Amino acid sequence: MTYIKPKFRHPALPKNDLGYTKTVYEGSLSTLCAGCGHDSISAAIVQSCYELALEPHRIAKLSGIGCSSKTPAYFLSQSHGFNSVHGRMPSVATGASLANKDLIYFGVSGDGDTASIGMGQFVHVVRRNLNMVYIVMNNGCYGLTKGQDSATADEGSKSKAGSVNLFHAIDLPSLALELGATFVAQSFSGDKAQLIPLIKAAINHPGFALINVISPCVTFNNNPGSTKAYDYVREHIEATATVDFIPLQEEISADYAAGSSKNIEMHDGSSLVLNKLATNWNPQDRMSAMNAMQQAKLDGEILTGLIYIEPETTDLHSLIQTSDTPLNTLDESLLCPGAAALEALNEEFR
Amino acid sequence: MEPTNIKDPEYYHKVVDCQYACPAHTPVPEYIRLIAAGKYTEAYMINWESNVFPGVLGRTCDRPCEPACRRGRVEEEPVAICRLKRVAADHKSDVKDLMPIIPTEKNGKRIALIGGGPASLTVARDLAPLGYSIDLYDNQQKGGGMMRSQIPSFRLPDAVLDEEVGFVLNMGIETHFNTYVKSLKEIIDQKYDAVFIGTGAPKGKDLSDLPGRKEAGANVHIGIEWLASVAFEHTNKIGKKVIVLGGGNTAMDCCRTSRRLGGAEVKVVVRSPFTEMRASEWEKEDAIHEDIPIIDCHVPQSFVVENGKLIGMNFDKVHAVYDENGKRKLVSTAEAPVFIEADDVLIAIGQENTFPWIERDLGLAFDEYGMPVVDKNTFQSTNEKVFFGGDAALGPKNVITAVAQGHQAAISIDLFCNQQSLNDRPSPYVNLVSQKMGIHEWSYDSDVVTDNRYVVPQVNKDIALKDRKVEVELGFDGLHGYKEAKRCLNCDVQTVFTENKCIECDACVDICPTACITFTFNEQDENTLRQKLNIPALNLSQDLLVSAKLPTQKVMIKDEDVCLHCGLCAERCPTSAWDMQKFFYKTNKAGSQCQ
Ligand SMILES: Cc1cc2nc3c(=O)[nH]c(=O)nc-3n(C[C@H](O)[C@H](O)[C@H](O)COP(=O)(O)OP(=O)(O)OC[C@H]3O[C@@H](n4cnc5c(N)ncnc54)[C@H](O)[C@@H]3O)c2cc1C
Ligand SMILES: Cc1ncc(C[n+]2csc(CCOP(=O)(O)OP(=O)(O)O)c2C)c(N)n1
Ligand code: SF4
Ligand code: SF4
Ligand code: SF4
Ligand SMILES: [Mg+2]
Repeated sequence: MTYIKPKFRHPALPKNDLGYTKTVYEGSLSTLCAGCGHDSISAAIVQSCYELALEPHRIAKLSGIGCSSKTPAYFLSQSHGFNSVHGRMPSVATGASLANKDLIYFGVSGDGDTASIGMGQFVHVVRRNLNMVYIVMNNGCYGLTKGQDSATADEGSKSKAGSVNLFHAIDLPSLALELGATFVAQSFSGDKAQLIPLIKAAINHPGFALINVISPCVTFNNNPGSTKAYDYVREHIEATATVDFIPLQEEISADYAAGSSKNIEMHDGSSLVLNKLATNWNPQDRMSAMNAMQQAKLDGEILTGLIYIEPETTDLHSLIQTSDTPLNTLDESLLCPGAAALEALNEEFR
Repeated sequence: MEPTNIKDPEYYHKVVDCQYACPAHTPVPEYIRLIAAGKYTEAYMINWESNVFPGVLGRTCDRPCEPACRRGRVEEEPVAICRLKRVAADHKSDVKDLMPIIPTEKNGKRIALIGGGPASLTVARDLAPLGYSIDLYDNQQKGGGMMRSQIPSFRLPDAVLDEEVGFVLNMGIETHFNTYVKSLKEIIDQKYDAVFIGTGAPKGKDLSDLPGRKEAGANVHIGIEWLASVAFEHTNKIGKKVIVLGGGNTAMDCCRTSRRLGGAEVKVVVRSPFTEMRASEWEKEDAIHEDIPIIDCHVPQSFVVENGKLIGMNFDKVHAVYDENGKRKLVSTAEAPVFIEADDVLIAIGQENTFPWIERDLGLAFDEYGMPVVDKNTFQSTNEKVFFGGDAALGPKNVITAVAQGHQAAISIDLFCNQQSLNDRPSPYVNLVSQKMGIHEWSYDSDVVTDNRYVVPQVNKDIALKDRKVEVELGFDGLHGYKEAKRCLNCDVQTVFTENKCIECDACVDICPTACITFTFNEQDENTLRQKLNIPALNLSQDLLVSAKLPTQKVMIKDEDVCLHCGLCAERCPTSAWDMQKFFYKTNKAGSQCQ
């Protein structure tokens, strides 16, 4: 019986700029169902953090409740983590970020956790532009509680038991666009070549970054008639463009055909190279991005890739002008300057 | 690349690195699992079937399996395969009843075996159960060949050898010991249906031309002759100061034996650099442990004799120079000769074949080096009735090679006696069975332990050096045998992939601890494909398992190199496209083709 991953690794495992192999970014052995899309997303997160050579102790993983929200146990075991209450990950992330703005915040949620119980929290964290990566592992159902339709299940999609969903689906990327999100992407757990550069770009984005990842639930929602099944997604997937994330130090080496490619410079000088661009789509124009999403829906396609980006953005901390020094490192005399200081402050309003 | 043909038994055979490397293809992981389960007798019999001398080999084998062992590619040291074999031999119960039944009614064919070493004994083992009448001739007083005359008792106790030689000789073999065969013609004239020659490589090389060799006479010995005379108790002492010339395993046995016969200052002097000596690492370690210095890069120059008595030897100090092809030359450092004192010198610089007793007019061709012309697969000579095997066939090797060749020769003899083509060799017996018992359950222990290789305990050195018959290694006890057995990665439990079940969910790729699996677009050229795997597959001796095209037009490629056979891919596969299946491969023996 294997509940422990063997300790041995490939002897030729490469090392990143910090001298770490990918092993440093792994977590414990997943207890999700064999073949769950969520595990592939975890693997993509491990690969992205390894490639970006992030120091694990500089990352905080936060989640709610659900199979998807369990995944932080399966990656980055040397990072900070908080498995919160159902649908409440955004407020915990907000609190953590306010206390320590220096960490990289990695929120992991499910479609139930986000679009049902956590909807109120989700919309506010988007509009507040909290500097975090928010990954929705979207399987169109409540996997953990045995596969009930979620609010992102498509109208007409059939469940494993054969019932048809009567309700209109909540489209999280479109909603985020409407709420002013400055980084919106959509991907598929079965397409790491696309997902990894998107995660890396999202980490580098200085504000709220949503990646809605279609992630089949093999156990409860991988049946014929489901629009979140491996086969269905593969047949209906369309990409806005291919994505390459080029870190600051590296030169763009590939040759791209003029007109069909675009180079977006990110705030820190790294860049996103998009190739084979879809027609009538401009990733830096919100209207165009919203149109592309709506058009794909009309065409019965699942549009993946980068949807919208605004590289220069003002995050929550800048908006409310918090102190440059993270609050958690300020000492008590600064945080609680005492009765005299309070008196002086009150005096100003008299 | 073309999809891998897993129907070809050699594909999975090659994945079982140890078994593939073993000349006799012993099913190593199968017996290791039996040892872990405490089934020593069963483990012994699996060994006995394929290598005839598990107790001997568990102590003395050259172990080609260990450098091949996969474990050595994922951590420092391979599984102690050889010493586990000994665990099976030491802890087995009585196996007499498990031995093949020898037909009382013979098949009417008579076979002569010349030489009583492992090669001949293997032929006897394979042919006697088929009803052949077998005569064995050997000039020694007991069977075993060099296993008896050369391998010292402190490495291989007589009792162990006697038991295993006995299993074969008790099959109704007609033995003619103390009988040196002076003429092959005389044997052939006795109208045998076939003759097998397993006479080994009995001649030790000398340094006849070295100045002083004649004068030093009585105190210079040929290593293998000296070891034999120790083994048969004609020699029981040696001088205080001993030089052993040579860097192979014979030199190691000579020096260690000398230490037990009164040699207080025994030195090994070898021409080549230490790292290039022919002796196995472990034999060198054992010699050094017994306070025997190994002096390398010293070429013998002369024996120094004073007043008619040997007092030592002069050596020329050299260093190794390599040309662009890596060919070595030993170049003198041009320093003054180095004198090393000695009361006795043992020359252990190699063995040769000689066949003075084989007439050259029997239709049996010899090559320019005086070796018989022998087919490397059938072991038949140019005289169709005469077969060779072991050191006599292709030059001095080791016991396991002699056994492997004995098996092949037995197959040939059986085919020959049944008027069948020697090239219609029986195919191996193979079997591939799923080990799945439940979602996380396999019928083998799939967990991978991280224990380092266990060291075999040894007897106290002072006790060992007092008596040449005290066995140095004590062997693993049951507990350590178990722990060492658990280090085996079960390479025979194969990862079997079924394309049409795969939904390309990547679960196996994500879970595999050693990054063996890649889904990618196929390439014509193997090297291009090897380069583009998740971790490039640079160990060319290890194959790629390539699937047919999957729905996304990609293929699954698995690099067999460092797969841990942990079964996680199969556990994480939602559709059982991966399965762990036990592959059993047994080379066939004489007789199976006629059944
Ligand atoms: C010092 C030393 C140590 C060794 N240690 C090891 C070891 O640890 N492990 C290992 O695997 N191998 C070892 N070997 C090698 C191994 O012993 C041989 O490779 C192996 O025994 C060869 O087997 P064989 O059956 O071909 O012949 P042998 O074992 O050489 O047997 C041949 C027999 O034929 C007899 N014979 C020869 N000519 C005639 C004749 N004309 N008439 C009658 N009888 C004849 C010989 O006396 C001998 O008994 C060692 C060799 C030496 C010299
Ligand atoms: C407050 C609260 N309400 C309800 C539940 C029951 N519950 C657990 S997980 C879950 C849905 C999870 O769905 P999703 O976020 O899509 O995760 P998935 O398992 O599909 O990845 C629900 C309703 C709960 N744990 N807590
Ligand atoms: S129930 Fe569905 S979502 Fe949950 S682990 Fe299983 S496959 Fe994944
Ligand atoms: S790990 Fe076991 S099965 Fe694999 S090569 Fe080593 S001994 Fe053989
Ligand atoms: S058995 Fe499967 S998961 Fe384990 S190492 Fe081999 S390929 Fe990887
Ligand atoms: Mg869900």
